[in-house]
Amino acid sequence: MDRQKEYVLRTVEERGVRFVRLWFTDVLGQLKSFAISPAELEGAFDDGMQFDGSAIDGFSRIQESDVLARPDATTFEILPWGAKNETSARMFCDLTSLDGRPFAGDPRQVLRRNLDAARSQGYSFFVAPEVEFFYFQDGDPSRPPVPLDTGSYFDLTTADVASDLRSRTIHHLEALGIPVEYSFHEDSPSQHEIDLRHTDALSMADNVMTLRLVVRETALSQGVHATFMPQPISGVQGSGMHTHLSLFEGDANAFHDPSEPYLLSKTGQAFVAGLLHHAAEITAVTNQLVNSYKRLIVGTEAPASITWARNHRAALVRVPETRVGKEEAVRIEYRSPDPALNPYLAYSLLLAAGLKGIAEGYTLPDEATSYLESSPRERAKSEVAGLPQSLAEALDAMEGSDLVRETLGDHIFEWFLRNKRAEWADYKAQVTPFELARYLPTW
Amino acid sequence: MEPLLVHPDPPPPELARVLDLGGYPWKPVADERQAVTDTPDDGWGGAIVVVGEQSDAAWSLCRAIRKGDLPVEPLLLLLGGNRLDELDLRDELYDDFCLDPFHPRELEARLRHLFWRTGSGTAPELVEYADLVLNLETYQAAIAGAPLDLTYMEYELLKFLAQHPGKVFTRETLLSRVWGYEYYGGARTVDVHIRRLRAKLGEEHAGLIATVRSVGYRFGQSRWGV
Repeated sequence: MDRQKEYVLRTVEERGVRFVRLWFTDVLGQLKSFAISPAELEGAFDDGMQFDGSAIDGFSRIQESDVLARPDATTFEILPWGAKNETSARMFCDLTSLDGRPFAGDPRQVLRRNLDAARSQGYSFFVAPEVEFFYFQDGDPSRPPVPLDTGSYFDLTTADVASDLRSRTIHHLEALGIPVEYSFHEDSPSQHEIDLRHTDALSMADNVMTLRLVVRETALSQGVHATFMPQPISGVQGSGMHTHLSLFEGDANAFHDPSEPYLLSKTGQAFVAGLLHHAAEITAVTNQLVNSYKRLIVGTEAPASITWARNHRAALVRVPETRVGKEEAVRIEYRSPDPALNPYLAYSLLLAAGLKGIAEGYTLPDEATSYLESSPRERAKSEVAGLPQSLAEALDAMEGSDLVRETLGDHIFEWFLRNKRAEWADYKAQVTPFELARYLPTW
Repeated sequence: MEPLLVHPDPPPPELARVLDLGGYPWKPVADERQAVTDTPDDGWGGAIVVVGEQSDAAWSLCRAIRKGDLPVEPLLLLLGGNRLDELDLRDELYDDFCLDPFHPRELEARLRHLFWRTGSGTAPELVEYADLVLNLETYQAAIAGAPLDLTYMEYELLKFLAQHPGKVFTRETLLSRVWGYEYYGGARTVDVHIRRLRAKLGEEHAGLIATVRSVGYRFGQSRWGV
């Protein structure tokens, strides 16, 4: 038994842990969990825990329904909430089939495979997300959500429930080893943002899964409903998850070259070109809900066109200017994702699209500042492509993509398309309040 | 316990790492003269001598420290499989040996057994600095009496730092001593873990780990009081 596992077993004993929660993620990005007692832990490390995955979205076909959950000892954390005598801990799991091969329906294994591929080319991939979400008085879907406050961007709302919630949340995150870089009140009423400090993509995907749980649990403990739904109210800025990307070659930042314009290396330029080239194909994953597309609207801060710029906030890809003395920290920001995504699949695709740009030597198009500031009529004449305007359009773009199929693997690729087509069909069959208000009186 | 004498200076990084991870204090020595001048007040806790290319120097060091006024016990050799012949007629110069390249777990097991047999010190059980306590036996850490829940690598990093208070380490050194030099991911891994440790230590104690600009990190007060 290696030291990591020995350490976990010892800690469970010393800290009197009552339950060890084994976490994994389904294809849609929902966290799944089952608890085992400490007595079963050693066996779980040695042999994995067998369970029937066929009931879980996107996991198994009927004929191969059993899978093994193998806890990843490096992700062991004591959960910082719960009563003193009810200490519990969690570990993320990798899922394998019974013969030990990575399970094709496990998003965490998909990300591992893609990170290994990058590593074989000498690259390591770091990610830092800015996660936005709303607090509402409750989660009752039968009436419009009610915000807790009417604060706005960077407002210092004193002693209110929301800022107290945010600081408790951050305390929990830091206790779980998830460092928070910034947190503040966002633009819309009751909208908040938590920015995480960058780390490797696998740890960050685990961190995003943990963050969503921590935010919701902490809110629930105060009787408040937190949501990562991208556009829960119309007419305000929705919730995005701008994602900062860095690529390292050994200890060197592969995106940095002092002799290039904007300090962005040839590798960095090709990476951005790859993101732009494949942006439409990967949008169904970075923005996977019907509701996601109510955020991606021209004229808001969310991107609607496939563009890049240094400082324009409506661009899809931004290459932020670095601070003086921090030139080596040059990085790329991808701005379309929203916080209701599956981080394992989204990070896999962002990496694969960028690496494809490097491998094929794609050229970076011109910076789009003037386009982004042009009038709608000028835009219509331009050749700049738009991001998909609906989930259906995004699925069309994804379906024809070899890159997405290879990156996700056939199993997840096909299941995802099938599931999301059905979601779109359900949506399309609805008669909405908009239609009633607009058409019923006059037609 | 008293520090272990380790030859050569510097020792192979993997050896240094095993000793640090096991919580054994040690000092490198280049030759016999230094072994004498650097003898700690309470003597050496034992010795680990690598018999490498310069095997004559290694053997003469063994002879000197075993036949001296204060014979060093136990003495563990590390030597390559092609040098096993050199053990002949030298039984009195060592207590045990381990083939080099060695397996870290084997080396630890041999050290534990040697110390048990010779009845000399075992690795220390507690590392303490100000409000921080690390129990090396149980892998538990506490700050100001409250348990500090760490992952294994966070624990190892904090242990290494707390065992060398006041000393500045570069990221590269920390990477090679705590993770092992074969670790993939580079010096950023160190930054990421330092930031995680500070987050867990909490605002009040995060300052225990100081960033030394363009050098690396330091735990606790500097030796010069700055």
